[in-house]
Amino acid sequence: MALLDVENLKTYYYTLRGYVKAVDDVTFSVESGKATGLAGESGCGKTTVASSILRVLSPGGRIVGGKILYKGLDIAKLDEDVMREKIRWKEISIVFQGAMNALNPVYKISDQIVEAIRLHEPDVSRKDAYERGQKLFELVGIDPSRIDNYPHEFSGGMRQRAMIAMALASNPSILIADEPATALDVIVAAQVLKLLKTLKEKLNLGMILITHDLSIIAELCEYCAIMYGGKIVEYGDVVTIFKSPMHPYTQGLISTFPSINAKERMRMVSIPGSPPDLLNPPVGCRFHPRCKYALEICRKEEPKYLEVTKGHFVACHLATKT
Amino acid sequence: MSGKDTLINAQNLKKWFAIRTGFFRSLISSRQLFVRAVDGISFNIRKGEIFGLAGESGSGKTTTGRLLLKLVEPTGGKIFFEGEDITSLGGKQLKPLRRRMQVVFQDPYESLNARMTIQSIVEEPLVVQGLVGSGMQERVKTVLEDVQLTPPEEFLFRFPHELSGGQRQRVALARALVLQPEFIVADEPVSMLDVSIRAEILNLLVDLRNKYGTSFLYITHDLALARHICDRLAVMYLGKIVEMGDVDNVALQPLHPYTNALISAVPVPDPTSKRVEITLKGEIPSPINPPSGCRFHTRCPLYIGDICRTKEPQLIEVEKGHYVACHLHAK
Repeated sequence: MALLDVENLKTYYYTLRGYVKAVDDVTFSVESGKATGLAGESGCGKTTVASSILRVLSPGGRIVGGKILYKGLDIAKLDEDVMREKIRWKEISIVFQGAMNALNPVYKISDQIVEAIRLHEPDVSRKDAYERGQKLFELVGIDPSRIDNYPHEFSGGMRQRAMIAMALASNPSILIADEPATALDVIVAAQVLKLLKTLKEKLNLGMILITHDLSIIAELCEYCAIMYGGKIVEYGDVVTIFKSPMHPYTQGLISTFPSINAKERMRMVSIPGSPPDLLNPPVGCRFHPRCKYALEICRKEEPKYLEVTKGHFVACHLATKT
Repeated sequence: MSGKDTLINAQNLKKWFAIRTGFFRSLISSRQLFVRAVDGISFNIRKGEIFGLAGESGSGKTTTGRLLLKLVEPTGGKIFFEGEDITSLGGKQLKPLRRRMQVVFQDPYESLNARMTIQSIVEEPLVVQGLVGSGMQERVKTVLEDVQLTPPEEFLFRFPHELSGGQRQRVALARALVLQPEFIVADEPVSMLDVSIRAEILNLLVDLRNKYGTSFLYITHDLALARHICDRLAVMYLGKIVEMGDVDNVALQPLHPYTNALISAVPVPDPTSKRVEITLKGEIPSPINPPSGCRFHTRCPLYIGDICRTKEPQLIEVEKGHYVACHLHAK
């Protein structure tokens, strides 16, 4: 059994115009020491999956169906108090998008880490929490003596590291990283990704990596789920996804990332059109308005999410036909 | 360095921004501090060429773009536009020049006036230049077609909020193109756009270059994209060009250790390829007090000794059209 099993998760946002089906029937799993990547364009529901797992949805958002099994326990239905005391941060933690701006500018970083630790583990003394903070800093590659600095004294990359340190404060088994390298410079981003990779191996962390950049997933993850319009359209191990993608969207997405090592200059490939409006998603396959292989059946019937080869799932009429 | 097909020629271009100090600090120390955003760079952009400028944030890419457009006054050096010295032009003298050089900014959500229709946004440069006339609407329609906002009639009376990010960036591009300029600065035109759309905008750039022979300065931090759309590429570090040449040479056989590190840091979309990683320590130093000698020596993995610390390397041509500023390659 995997560490975390997300089964048929449905999360809708209630708005005055109706339900936004941000996550609609999503199934995937996370194993310890392995990373699962969630990829897709903006507005396809990646971040909502993360907030559903931690149950920190924005107002109006609700998990309306499915299970989130953490070590066999369905945390989607867990009592909020238990969730806060037992799961959040202690078992599953998150580094949000733009996390380097999440530090409070008027408190020292040490105070913020101590606060986070003592909030979740009230019986730890201030001194112990402080020492733990220093160890965490060492772990993420910042000089522990800098723990008493203020956030403005840190660069973007260091703030990102500090946030990762804070997320690891209570030894979680799962770390969710939402766009960990966006907004960082190429070299700093490479440093942060390398850090995540070593942490994953050293601490045997299960990791969920949310990004729109497929090259980051290729580098860091063992499994990869491609999301489109609130659904997972393809899921499998990362080599299968990159080497023999079956869903036209996956194929399109991969070809939009040119390689720097290419021998020849190439013309860039795009996927025309824009992601669907999740208030009124298209009937049938949600990708059909942008799909160059769309058939009659794609407009009428929603494709099933089927296992084509072992561990490789695809939701496409074309894939199941052949 | 300049020839007949040269459109823009920059020579030893500098921009130092003075740091404002408070009254009391100025009593203690009379030394004026500067941010050396661009510190002596020379290059030329040929006609019909897409010239890429890459580097980390704070390396001076955007300032270079603004200098060429004369949006900021250079502290030193010269800029030639088709052989004509435009360095000291100002005010009214610049107006005819503006018709020939235009700009596309990074963020299409902020660079379009939300209260203007697409038509008035695109025709504004014509109005400013006094080219109001019967052909104006036709011109606007042609440009909208050029940027593939078709049919143009459908877009003329819409507002920016009704368009997607990609469409907005097309409008920004149409606004730059409407005067049929010879030179366009595209400052990170796709970094705010979704992955599936950015290729469309970049292909459009290449197509427009092929159709009208417009020269582009393409400013970017994404080397993988620059690899595929630029003809030549210059890499900047702390206000200096460290390497410049044909994009194939720079991307496949980088000579400067910084270029090498930058390229090795770009993630490759292939899970089976194991890349050689040269991870640099730390971050780009402050441009207020840049390191002595070679500015990269504090982070350089191939540091060869005192010469790097004391003597600044010159940008020299090591093979035809491939320039490097590094003591390793100086003879």
